[in-house]
Amino acid sequence: MTIDRRKFLQLTALGGGAVFASGLAGCSHMPGASAQPDFYFVQLSDTHWGFNGPAVNPDARGTLPKAIAAVNALEVQPDFIVFTGDLTHTTDDGAERRKRLGEFKAIASGLKNRNVRFMPGEHDASLDNGAAWKEFFGETHYTFDHKGVHFIAIDNVSDPTARIGEEQLAWLKADLARQPKDARIVVFTHRPLFDLAPEWDWATRDGGPALDLLMPFPNVTVFYGHIHQENHHMTGHIAHHSAKSLIFPLPAPKSQPKREPLKWDPSQPYRGLGFREVEAEPGKAKYAITELAVGKA
Amino acid sequence: MQRDRRRALATGLALVAGAAMGAGVLAQGHERVVKVVARKWVFLPSTIELKKGEPVTLEFTSPDVVMGFNAPDFKVRADIIPGQVAKVRFTPDKAGTFTFLCDIFCGDGHEQMSGTLVVT
Repeated sequence: MTIDRRKFLQLTALGGGAVFASGLAGCSHMPGASAQPDFYFVQLSDTHWGFNGPAVNPDARGTLPKAIAAVNALEVQPDFIVFTGDLTHTTDDGAERRKRLGEFKAIASGLKNRNVRFMPGEHDASLDNGAAWKEFFGETHYTFDHKGVHFIAIDNVSDPTARIGEEQLAWLKADLARQPKDARIVVFTHRPLFDLAPEWDWATRDGGPALDLLMPFPNVTVFYGHIHQENHHMTGHIAHHSAKSLIFPLPAPKSQPKREPLKWDPSQPYRGLGFREVEAEPGKAKYAITELAVGKA
Repeated sequence: MQRDRRRALATGLALVAGAAMGAGVLAQGHERVVKVVARKWVFLPSTIELKKGEPVTLEFTSPDVVMGFNAPDFKVRADIIPGQVAKVRFTPDKAGTFTFLCDIFCGDGHEQMSGTLVVT
């Protein structure tokens, strides 16, 4: 990429927020991936296609298409796009679940960028252990490598008890055993891997063992969804960044007795909704986050 | 098998006793027992009043699907399986109002399925 992405983003952020740098300070001369070029990806999350609640989002069927259009309008297209779960809003009806997944997939196919990664959320997958989701999108956990970064998608939603599970943890352990100790690792997942707010179901019951496996690696960053807002947290040297939703925002962790969606404010439509760009500098194991708004906010 | 049967009978007797008293709270010797029904998508009762320092056993049943009970502030949880009684025994060690929730994704209304422990 020849353009200075950070400068470009500063010029074009659509009401977006601050750039947040994550990763290890003082590691500007790390070996390994230093020859890899910078790149950026887009994270979208918690689109909840099929949700109906005019009090919190009267444009429930319009917000996702607006986000797709906003991504398509980015002057420099990302290397890839990832959806970190809750593509659809839950339903007890398996046929309706498949209808929503199909509609979501059709809308997402409108992205100009064809390199799109999908992950399930508990709304998509917890009622049938991911069966319907797999019919549309394939495996719920996987890895891929891109320009010096090893990406790991962890499924902590197909088990309705919010567990990763022994089998997947063994898979993770085996994958990590193949990585060099200075590997640049980015984890995508839906729920937080740490206990952000267990009383609001903002946790993964066996997230601790997953983090234990990741801890020996000095360059690990986690991007997740689920909590419908930006949140930045460190567990040891591992940074965790949650993304905004594209359907309704939720209150800050433990800021009120109940976890209830924030009401739509007609004077500030789409407030709290959005998606993000993440500019990766593999050589420094750094990730610069730019939050972008959707709609008119 | 015999053990299972004895447990089932004991459970049945406890349920009968609960129904006879017409209330969700029983005193068994010095220990309180609070019976809670977890059904789509509510806990009944949803507010449970407890005393700090007083041991209590919560007995959960579910008439429909598998549910979970989780009170993270007291580090207690249980799976609630239809046809079984899930018991959670603990002693509240702090006063206040604490949220508990269903922590097994159970359907459309799962995210609204929570309740409150009021400890005085």
